[in-house]
Amino acid sequence: MSEKASFRSNGGVRGWYGRQPAWVQWIVIAIALVLAFLLPYAGDIPLIGPQIVTEGIDWPSALFNMSYYVLLALGLNVVVGYAGLLDLGYVGFFAVGAYGTALLTSPDSVLYADTGWKWLMAVPVALALTMVAGLILGWPTLRLRGDYLAIVTLGFAEIIRIFATSTTTLRGDRGFASIPHPPGTWNGEPIFGVTDAVPYFWLGLVVIILVILGVRNLDRSRVGRSWLAIREDEEAAEIMGVRTIKYKLWAFAIGAFIGGLGGVLFAGEQGFINSQTFVLQFSILVLAGVVMGGSGNMAGAILGGALISYIPDRLRGISLGDTDLYEYRFALFGLVIIIIMVLRPQGLIPSRRRAMELKDREKEVAPQ
Amino acid sequence: MLLEIDNVTLAYGRIQALHGISLTVGEGEVVALIGANGAGKSTTMRAISGLRPVSQGTIKFDGQDITKLRADLRVIRGVSQSPEGRGIFPGMTVRENLEMGAYTRRNRTEINEDLQRAFTLFPRLKEREKQTGGTLSGGEQQMLAVGRALMSRPKLLLLDEPSMGLAPMLIQQIFDIIVEINQQGTTVLLVEQNAQQALSRAHRAYVLETGRIVKEGTGRELLNDPAVKDAYLGVA
Repeated sequence: MSEKASFRSNGGVRGWYGRQPAWVQWIVIAIALVLAFLLPYAGDIPLIGPQIVTEGIDWPSALFNMSYYVLLALGLNVVVGYAGLLDLGYVGFFAVGAYGTALLTSPDSVLYADTGWKWLMAVPVALALTMVAGLILGWPTLRLRGDYLAIVTLGFAEIIRIFATSTTTLRGDRGFASIPHPPGTWNGEPIFGVTDAVPYFWLGLVVIILVILGVRNLDRSRVGRSWLAIREDEEAAEIMGVRTIKYKLWAFAIGAFIGGLGGVLFAGEQGFINSQTFVLQFSILVLAGVVMGGSGNMAGAILGGALISYIPDRLRGISLGDTDLYEYRFALFGLVIIIIMVLRPQGLIPSRRRAMELKDREKEVAPQ
Repeated sequence: MLLEIDNVTLAYGRIQALHGISLTVGEGEVVALIGANGAGKSTTMRAISGLRPVSQGTIKFDGQDITKLRADLRVIRGVSQSPEGRGIFPGMTVRENLEMGAYTRRNRTEINEDLQRAFTLFPRLKEREKQTGGTLSGGEQQMLAVGRALMSRPKLLLLDEPSMGLAPMLIQQIFDIIVEINQQGTTVLLVEQNAQQALSRAHRAYVLETGRIVKEGTGRELLNDPAVKDAYLGVA
């Protein structure tokens, strides 16, 4: 623990938290979790509640949207934030997860008659598929560095989208309908229905928590140490004996897996997907969320992921003149990102290491 | 011979960086490789540590052919490099940097012993133990890079420009430490622009010019060689 001591700030919330005994920390976590699960009822808080909740889209649905964006941000954070690999095609994995589910479960699918898979049974297969997709993309491309990798990943996402648009099996615009919802009944009614998004949000939250725990464990292991070394100086990592290609592939596969989880949840809630869902903007948006929140820090990625989903949804239903503010979402969004990047280039909740690396790189670019 | 490089050529794309280099390093030696900027010194180092594949020729380490061996496996065999421009991990603390050097090792007690040894060699690093690498001065970063390279308990230590950018007093100090490391039993191959220091401390040396070895001899011989004096020592 002492090795990490210098990374804790003494000021601010994190400083306070770091100084508390374990039981206080547990209580804080427990309260945060309870509050997170109560979020669907935020609108009932007097005065501030109505300011928080969305108007143009029902609040639980907005929360569910936030939950899968947070998942994607967490996954991309492993790739970009931990391993330092710039992936501009992350939506590709989201798409593979969603299409995997659709192919196995939708009556529109050619595979449907054979299997009649229910959502839950499709999940592991779809996830395995995304991991394999991660490895297939990673194996030849991870020898590339920096900008080259970014361009190849960009191409990958487009290939997936165009493939989905133009192949008859993947049905293009027509898409897959009647993808089954997650299973389970309560008092004779299905838990995951069509009208109420609250259970989906809770499901998303549970998955997020599991992902956080998993990624945290990895980050603290030898794998995390290897990622850190690769991100800070890939060549130096290699001469320390890190088998860089292996750990980069790991980051890609784990990132893909988490992105696939997002896709599986998305397909399960929407019940319908088509190739229009997986546009390039999506990748850029999630990346913006990660960078804005604080690349390399899970709390940052969570906040960033939530914001990129919340801001546009919150703008819905508010009119400026005769246009809905939602129409201006990308302009406003760009503005927000620019402001944050000017004022806090390391992100809203930065990783201290990342801040250090950033400073170091500035020195390299502009030596004194 | 601990290291035998035989007729190695290496190219970056179409640019030929090494034109058939042969050199040897015996167990227990300090061997220096001197030459001007762009002569291929660092490229030679990268070929030995496995960062760049060679086009032709063979590299033998400890009697075994390692020409095609992956970089991480070379570390396990006992080759360790302190890279040019230090290449320390800026966001890791000094201690974490050193532990990274012991990445391929598992024995905690031995690692801790070596950590203490590094701190004894470089007391400055002990003072800075919990500071991040990026906050260190140039000299301290250099010490950290050398200390980190030692953490893998290498048989062969590759030092790429250990004196680069250091104040004269620090240069003395870092060369003293290199000699000390060598006396403790580690073989050293040293790349240097500071030919004066390198030649006076090394047992043997090679002079590299545009990817070819043009001269070799003991440190003393080269130090007194008129051509070397003229080109690298800055004395008439």
